[in-house]
Amino acid sequence: MTERSGSESGPAHRTVEIGIALLIGVFGLVVIFGSLKAGINWGAEGPRAGFFPFYVGAVIVAASAINLWHTQRGNDGRLFAEWGQLRQVMSVVVPTGIYVGSMPFAGLYVASMVFIAWFMRWLGGYRWLTVVAVAVGMPVVTYLVFERWFLVPLPKGPLEEWLGL
Amino acid sequence: MEELVNLFHGFAVALQPYNMMLMIIGITLGVIIGVLPGLGGANGVAILLPLTFSMPPTSAIIMLSCIYWGALFGGAITSILFNIPGEPWSVATTFDGYPMAQQGRPGEALTAAFTSSFVGALFAVIMITLVAPLVAGFALRFGPAEKFAVYFLAFCSFVGLSKEPPFKTIAAMMMGFALAAVGLDSITGQLRLTFGVTELLNGFDFLIAVIGLFGIGEILLTMEEGLAFRGGNASINLRVVLQTWRGLPAYWMTSLRSCLIGCWMGVTPAGATPASFMSYGIAKRLARRGNNFGKGEIEGVIAPETAAHAAGTSALLPMLSLGVPGSPTAAVLLGGLLIWGLQPGPMLFVEQKEFVWGLIASMYLGNLAGLIVVLTCVPIFAAILRVPFGIIAPLILVLCAIGAYSVHNSTFDVMLMLVFGVLGYLLKKCNYPLAPLVLAIVLGDKAEEAFRQSLLGSQGSLGVFFSNGLVSTIMALGLVALFWSAIQEGYSRLRTSLA
Repeated sequence: MTERSGSESGPAHRTVEIGIALLIGVFGLVVIFGSLKAGINWGAEGPRAGFFPFYVGAVIVAASAINLWHTQRGNDGRLFAEWGQLRQVMSVVVPTGIYVGSMPFAGLYVASMVFIAWFMRWLGGYRWLTVVAVAVGMPVVTYLVFERWFLVPLPKGPLEEWLGL
Repeated sequence: MEELVNLFHGFAVALQPYNMMLMIIGITLGVIIGVLPGLGGANGVAILLPLTFSMPPTSAIIMLSCIYWGALFGGAITSILFNIPGEPWSVATTFDGYPMAQQGRPGEALTAAFTSSFVGALFAVIMITLVAPLVAGFALRFGPAEKFAVYFLAFCSFVGLSKEPPFKTIAAMMMGFALAAVGLDSITGQLRLTFGVTELLNGFDFLIAVIGLFGIGEILLTMEEGLAFRGGNASINLRVVLQTWRGLPAYWMTSLRSCLIGCWMGVTPAGATPASFMSYGIAKRLARRGNNFGKGEIEGVIAPETAAHAAGTSALLPMLSLGVPGSPTAAVLLGGLLIWGLQPGPMLFVEQKEFVWGLIASMYLGNLAGLIVVLTCVPIFAAILRVPFGIIAPLILVLCAIGAYSVHNSTFDVMLMLVFGVLGYLLKKCNYPLAPLVLAIVLGDKAEEAFRQSLLGSQGSLGVFFSNGLVSTIMALGLVALFWSAIQEGYSRLRTSLA
């Protein structure tokens, strides 16, 4: 469902709002279901594990039903965001997803280097020299501060193993 | 009198060279965090929390709380110079701060903002020094029912005082409670809501949620808006500072009022953002030059900054004395306490005197150091803002990932952080408040434990929450807060029908 406002178009605010309310409602149902599995009545040691979350789930479902009802009533024709803006957002979300997903295999340092370089080169349009300086500099500083100074270990991949770090 | 002695001991702790160094580092990092988009007080502290795991708790809390003060100071810089609020609580500062900068009076606006911040914080710290031990002493007598009542009051005030629609606040808050419930049940030792996923055995860590919701979510929002900086030059010299200081005492009434609003809103978990708006609104209504507000009136900078800083500081009062944080950042600090092996709540004042009073003393010193640092280094901090977002954004994202990983050394948490980030973006755009969600994740287990223990004592009767004067009063206050917007509406209807 798209609506036009001026020259730009995008998903209607109302559509997204309804989607969120439904999503929260489903989350509430999952919580209720899980609580029922854990037991919501009284056991030997008082209220059982599902007792509290069950009511929490019930309130979530009720609250999102009311939110849904409120959203249904009013339609101000506002846009959630323009498609161009959403593309901008996705151009961060997708690479970040790949970055985060590759971390267990490539290690944090290599993944970060590639990610920073990609971001600066394609979204920022910087010169390669700047790109390389920041993309290599940041992980090196991170290594020194976290692993050397504060002794916080970060995930490493094949490259670090090969370098013997 | 005993408090005074304790406070002096606290100063002795805070003035140790190591702690002083951490204070300055914390303030500087905090201002940078406050200036950069996507890094706020809450997630900035959350990211840096793992660095403090090996420090003594007192030094750790001094550094982290100083990051918080720094972030509170830093928010004003971007608001005034660039019309971009670095933090939500500095939105109200843009109304008059930015026009002042455009009229060529940025130094005056910045000096007024920093000084007011300092005044607000000082007021709140004095209040904490005097009131916190009393509250803690009082709270030592609390049983499970009273404890639950305090949590109830805290969460109800969110619903009543929040700008967002009440049912959205409730939905967000309850999602937090549900996320807190996932994993091992602390009372029965039973697993719940994990649906067979082994990564969820330990539940959701709120630090991951904070980094995702506030850090990644904020970056996504900024990406959508597309940043274009058109800021003026920042120059502060001693002459401007002294000149502005000479003019400030004339606004003592506004300052005092803003301090009181800030402290009130900070102690109840409404937080710094509504406090700054409320204070600005009231100042506008009461000021002699109220009509001029929005066009560059210095009073319009003093009011929100004083209130925001007073609220941000006094949010630590319930955190220290009751174990109920008044803001997301205070919640992160509370999480830190747990990690360092301290039990937040009234017992801190009995068992960890050095920690509590070291922290309180560092609040005096930290804010003074903060004032000096920001007044002298504004041009440097403003220069950071000129580093384009195309470089800053990936670096912040990487920092968030490092922070999320190092909480539990788990790459699963990093993925979770991204999920929370997207969720935070969507929720924020749909006006769901994030602060109650985070606070519910932090306090969920404790609130549930208090609730179940009370019921256990009363054999399942809810009457236990109204069984004596104290608990009934707190519960009744909670109910009033819960239905506050309905009460207000009813009252105004009544007045119009009578008029």
